[in-house]
Amino acid sequence: MPAATAIAEAGPVPAPSPPATPPSFGTLALRWYRLNRAGLRATAIGVISLLAFLLVWHLLTTYRVVFFVRFTNVPSPLAVYASFTKAIHDPKFLLHILLSCRRILFGFSLAAVVGVPLGLIMGRFKLVHEIIFPVAEVLRPIPAIAWVPMAIMLWPTNEQSIVFITFLGAFFPILVNTLHGMSLVDPVLVRAAQCLGARERSIFRQVYFPASLPHIFTGLTVGMGVAWVSLIAAEMISGQYGIGYFTWEAYSLVQYADIALGMIAIGVLGLGSSLLIRGAGQLVMPWRLK
Amino acid sequence: MNEILTKAPQGHIEVRNFSLSYESIEGPVQAVTDTQIHVKPGEFVSIVGPSGCGKSTLLNAVAGFLKPTTGIVTVDGERVNGPSAERGMVFQQYSLFPWKTVRENVEFGLKMRGMPRSQRERAARTLLGLAGLEAFEKHYPDKLSGGMKQRVGIVRALATGPKVLLLDEPFGALDAQTRVIMQQILTNMWQRLKISVLFVTHDIDEAIFLSDRVYCMTARPGSIKAEIPIPLERPRQQAMMMSSEFLALRRGLMSLIREESLKAMGGEISDMGMQGLNIELHGHSLADVI
Repeated sequence: MPAATAIAEAGPVPAPSPPATPPSFGTLALRWYRLNRAGLRATAIGVISLLAFLLVWHLLTTYRVVFFVRFTNVPSPLAVYASFTKAIHDPKFLLHILLSCRRILFGFSLAAVVGVPLGLIMGRFKLVHEIIFPVAEVLRPIPAIAWVPMAIMLWPTNEQSIVFITFLGAFFPILVNTLHGMSLVDPVLVRAAQCLGARERSIFRQVYFPASLPHIFTGLTVGMGVAWVSLIAAEMISGQYGIGYFTWEAYSLVQYADIALGMIAIGVLGLGSSLLIRGAGQLVMPWRLK
Repeated sequence: MNEILTKAPQGHIEVRNFSLSYESIEGPVQAVTDTQIHVKPGEFVSIVGPSGCGKSTLLNAVAGFLKPTTGIVTVDGERVNGPSAERGMVFQQYSLFPWKTVRENVEFGLKMRGMPRSQRERAARTLLGLAGLEAFEKHYPDKLSGGMKQRVGIVRALATGPKVLLLDEPFGALDAQTRVIMQQILTNMWQRLKISVLFVTHDIDEAIFLSDRVYCMTARPGSIKAEIPIPLERPRQQAMMMSSEFLALRRGLMSLIREESLKAMGGEISDMGMQGLNIELHGHSLADVI
């Protein structure tokens, strides 16, 4: 960085003259390799570790190992793969996934739409904070699963109570992190905005909100994780459709391969949705790109 | 731009019978007491004093962030009631909005004023050009050196064409070389814009080099101990800092501040220790000690 600083302080500097001949493909490839060595290493080790996991799983199930843990009935990776190829052509399986995704979409979006503005307002106005915070603190430690019976009583349809439980799971992490972000806003930035003529509304939109965004996105990421946890639990208990219900149903119907398939599907969906949020975060906060 | 550059001189700051105290568990604490200062239109005035003497408090009151306990702060006869774009401020911590590019930071004040986009873009580009920053308009502040950040800070504060510019130890976090360059840049901009400047610093050389007049404050509770006109001719050159005139001013200010610094430390140092310190001081350059 010191070199860059020196250049910057001195003002524009003539660009270095280009080399006489462009570097050969071999040189470029070598350079690319040197620059990305750490990343390549991590990827390679990651792939090897995943393959090793599959191999261990395969060995444990083929030889039906019983050593405290019983692998007698656990499906092998190949069996799971077979049931996967069958499932992707089965409209019912796709419907399970689709419905779970829809519930996440509704529950999570609701939580974000309610949680983020509420957190921002609570962070800005003390009275709102003083009124709402105690209630939130009392409700927050109750796991979303514990809400299942209550949700069934509260909402007329099963679908609504499942979305409600998903909402609850995502809501509190989003609220708490937004609040945290608001409490960390640098007061000097607020003052800087004030003596540039910003009024309350602009300060809220132009300072408090963007300053809290990194924490809001932490909340969204955590909230998405908890939303999936809550959804799967709710589906297992009260659902008729959904990937959680699929997994539980597979157990009841002694379709052991489908249990693992359901679990993997849940993992992949959870991973996918947190990647989506991370991508959205990078789009919304370009200044945080390194 | 032209409107900013050729504005008639104004920005008469007056602080009368000023005192400021705040409540603490041990009772009211007097931060600043019985203070009068003024800055004539187009004048460059510095406030120096031992740390904790309330010089920043005084500046924050002129900015409108703090309300005087007694007394009154006016700019061009109008009472200061809160922060406004009429009084631009530059902070030691740069306080650029990290989520805005360099140009967006500079545009902020104009945007708050409701200037249309194309117009404020043009204005911001012109100002950035004056500060030698046009190549960095699309950068985020994170990517800039400290000196560049503070140049953006100054340009941002000047963009709205304020009547006065308030600076709170703006170069305190910069290294010595960058600091000298920044002083030059600030002097240039001040002479072009003919704006009134109130500059808080603990660096005596900086205060003398930049100012038309220097106020020296007492230890807490702060008040004005002395007002020293700086008759050095302008434009000022780096070489002047070696002139006998400069050194005489420096000696005078140094001894004023030394008295106050010792007073401020009096609570921690016994009388014996203070006498020892005094004796030692006679032989040494005061700059080494303070």
